[in-house]
Amino acid sequence: MAHIVLGDEFGRQFTGGQTHFDLDVRDVRHLIRTLEGMFPGIGEQLEAGAIAIDNEIIPDPWLNPIQPNSEVFFLPPIKGGK
Amino acid sequence: MSKFHITTTVNGEAVEYLCDPKQTLLDVLRDELNLTGSKEGCSSGDCGACSVTLDGRLVCSCLVLGVEMQGRSVETIENMAQGEKLHPLQQKFLEAAALQCGFCTPGFLVAAKALLEKNPNPTESEARYWLAGNLCRCTGYDKIIRAVLETAADMRGSK
Amino acid sequence: MAGYEDKSFKWIGTRPVRPDGVDKVTGRANYGADMKLPGQLTGRILRSPHAHAKILSIDTSKAEKLPGVKAVITGKDFPEMHNGVLPGDEGVNFHYLSCNIMARNKVLYDGHAVAAVAAASAAIAEEALALIEVKYEVLPHVIDVDLALKPGAPLLHDDIFTTGVTPKPEKPSNTVQRIQMQLGDPDAAFKDADVVVERSFKTKAVHQGYIEPHAVVAEWSEDGQCRIWCSSQGHFMVRTLTARLLQMEVAQVRVIPAEIGGGFGGKTIIFIEPTAVLLARKAKRPVRIVMSRDEVFRGTGPAPGTSIDVKIGAKKDGMLVAATGEFRYQAGAFPGSPVGAACMAAFGPYALSHVRVVGYEAVTNRPLCYSYRAPGAPLSSFAVESVMDEIAQKLNLDPMDLRIKNGSKEGTQMVYGPKLKAVGNLECLKAIQNHPINKIPLGPNQGRGLAAGFWFNLGGQSSAVVNIAEDGTANIMTGSPDIGGSRASMALMAAEVLGIDYSKVRPIVGDTSAVGFCEITHGSRVTFATGMAIIQAAEDVVLQCRQRVAKMWEVDVEAVKWEDGHARPAGANAGDQKPLSLAQIAAKAARTGGPLVGSAAINAGGPGPAFGVHICDVEVDPETGHVTVLRYVAAQDAGKAIHPSYVEGQIQGGVAQGVGWALNEEYIYGEDGRLQNSGFLDYRIPVASDLPMIDAIILEVPNPGHPFGVRGVGEVPIVPPLGAIANAVARATGARMTDLPLTPPKIRAAIDAKK
Ligand code: FES
Ligand code: FES
Repeated sequence: MAHIVLGDEFGRQFTGGQTHFDLDVRDVRHLIRTLEGMFPGIGEQLEAGAIAIDNEIIPDPWLNPIQPNSEVFFLPPIKGGK
Repeated sequence: MSKFHITTTVNGEAVEYLCDPKQTLLDVLRDELNLTGSKEGCSSGDCGACSVTLDGRLVCSCLVLGVEMQGRSVETIENMAQGEKLHPLQQKFLEAAALQCGFCTPGFLVAAKALLEKNPNPTESEARYWLAGNLCRCTGYDKIIRAVLETAADMRGSK
Repeated sequence: MAGYEDKSFKWIGTRPVRPDGVDKVTGRANYGADMKLPGQLTGRILRSPHAHAKILSIDTSKAEKLPGVKAVITGKDFPEMHNGVLPGDEGVNFHYLSCNIMARNKVLYDGHAVAAVAAASAAIAEEALALIEVKYEVLPHVIDVDLALKPGAPLLHDDIFTTGVTPKPEKPSNTVQRIQMQLGDPDAAFKDADVVVERSFKTKAVHQGYIEPHAVVAEWSEDGQCRIWCSSQGHFMVRTLTARLLQMEVAQVRVIPAEIGGGFGGKTIIFIEPTAVLLARKAKRPVRIVMSRDEVFRGTGPAPGTSIDVKIGAKKDGMLVAATGEFRYQAGAFPGSPVGAACMAAFGPYALSHVRVVGYEAVTNRPLCYSYRAPGAPLSSFAVESVMDEIAQKLNLDPMDLRIKNGSKEGTQMVYGPKLKAVGNLECLKAIQNHPINKIPLGPNQGRGLAAGFWFNLGGQSSAVVNIAEDGTANIMTGSPDIGGSRASMALMAAEVLGIDYSKVRPIVGDTSAVGFCEITHGSRVTFATGMAIIQAAEDVVLQCRQRVAKMWEVDVEAVKWEDGHARPAGANAGDQKPLSLAQIAAKAARTGGPLVGSAAINAGGPGPAFGVHICDVEVDPETGHVTVLRYVAAQDAGKAIHPSYVEGQIQGGVAQGVGWALNEEYIYGEDGRLQNSGFLDYRIPVASDLPMIDAIILEVPNPGHPFGVRGVGEVPIVPPLGAIANAVARATGARMTDLPLTPPKIRAAIDAKK
């Protein structure tokens, strides 16, 4: 099962404080759908940010595969300047 | 507003234009004569992007009025290269990567040329103070100052 | 993707003259304000003189009657937008964006646009502005972030409810959001510390200070299409936002990029483009708007001022045990401060098991705060680096040893979640440690300051096309504005992959109707992401060439390899064929399948974060408090420097901006909430005589996410200078100042207070 970490923000707003999950998911789309099923409303918020899968930051994640032993972090969006 | 008829010399050529009393030399160059190489960064004499030489003297063209130009002579960046040959400063700026966005570049080149005409062997600090009226936000000035000093050395060597 | 790491490069890493260079040294290059269309009118914008006021009425009738005035518009001419962020909006609240471009019921800052005119000349346009009568009801205002966060502060919007707090607030406030990220348990861990330093800091808003003011020419045609010429950090961004705000279809808007005279993040959003389009539509003539410098300061997107608390605890030997930071960032009149990135980047150079960052963002009666190079990070870094320096002083440790001991490296877990991959933090620290500057003895009133910095870097969407002409020369096109020499980098990368001479590659920046989508030039992404698109488009051409040659030789494509710009037999079974050059293949293109066109459209991941370490020497005049920067050395990990001169240039430029931020630059507001220094005379950016040569050291720890190992380089160089300068001043004077900028009066006061 992949290990999923949400920011504290999501914990407060949607999940009643839980930020670590072990989920059986194929790809980012499947992961977001799964979390949306557990915590209605969270999906849209999750899609707005970036994701790091196994320490690789992915700007607009959706179809990216998630391996059974992957670690996935949801990050707030980042703006650049130069 | 009635306009003034001015006869002047721009880059060695006789030029006539009509301008209203509020227009600066920079406005005239850019809007009336289509010489857009001189840039406007502030219109208050603080950035040097509009640098030209007026009767051989380095000035901010945003601080000169178009109506003051009667019978005078102005040189702009457009006249710096001679024919197909770039001025040594222009060539050095290219080779030394002394520009990034390039917006300040015409002003720096005009000002640096005026410096080297007056002082062919400036020290680093003389170059820095002479060019202190020209703002560059991209380069940190390092490569600009090096390019000016190296060109000065090259030009002295070739004389 | 092919592994290029082990290959020696022919073009990558060389320093040729840039392709757009001659136009720029001769004055021929066209920037935003240089465009001129037949019949073009001059547009001007009327701006609020008040920091906060209700608009009771706007009477434009007198202005409209002035001869030569062709159009006048106000907020009423803009479509009303949905207030909120919908899926597909990419995080943009279009209601706020529209209200920032032209005020509706309220003005929210000195300089907020309230009306605009288009007239036959600049003089008439100015006169018309003076004839527009606006009646205001002045409201109390708030400029400072700490005051804006307080309950009972003058309220800017009645629709902002703080996110990130529980319970959800029932009343609106200026506090846009609270964010928090944490690793471990810092509160408990502080108990193990031998020394704890806790300090509060204040910094002022600053401007990006690009020398080219914003400029646009817009043209509207009767079939509902419009064309826009402007300088921006992303003409696709201009197209999308303008179309959305004016309720047009995106493909009806064509944006043609001008050369851009600096942006540094400040041109990643629009301010005047929709206004120019509306004026052009109303006047039925093209309209040009060029901002004055005053307007640039008052009405664009400066970087926020902040208020910050940082606490760090360490063992006697310098091992850090815990750290916390609270970062309070101004947002300007509408939400959008970079506090999230600031929190994430603050402790980036250090490996910490127990760390918490908390961020607050508050709207204030100031222009919209927007991106400025590594948005948010220089300020949080300034606070952290100041406290680190004090820890070193308290423990009597070398500040470099302290940083190396705690430096983040591959595998370090970051406060925002993931672990670092291969990065160059320690390499940068060691390069500075070994630099000869350390051997130079310091005189009286001199001090040496050190600071490290971190920035994420971004990837994202880019497209590129490589067209091979019949003689084997190449035109390459991307949609990324060239803001600091990126065309040179693109040409170098294409030349490397194609194996042809750099001089045979001509790069251009294509307009929105000519080339595929590219995200804005931000996050140091262009050489990385758009470069990756160019590499793939060139590889596409190479593959096509091999396919064509395979047909000519009647062999499999595998039997043809590409080397030095030639197709060659890959092995003995391809036969004894003579190599064919790109020019020879191109000459036969018509007979082998048509034009050779390579293209790529990608969304690049794996940008790889950047680290930079700076050291500087300053001398403080104890009489005047004036600081002279004597020496400056900056080391940075570039992954792979495509054109080293422009990497050095990015580093040197970032340092100069950072020095200005540390010593001079600030937005100064009066009691009345009006900006008092909206010109380069009073808002003083560093000039040539303020700075020494800046020694830029490029290190190359390849980014595993890029075929050539490239990392973004444009942003991290502005992160360490604030801390480095402040630390040097603290060591020169023996007085630690926590309030930027370090102006001479403040320094004198600090020296006097010590006596
Ligand atoms: S435009 Fe003349 S000095 Fe700035
Ligand atoms: S190169 Fe951009 S301002 Fe000097």
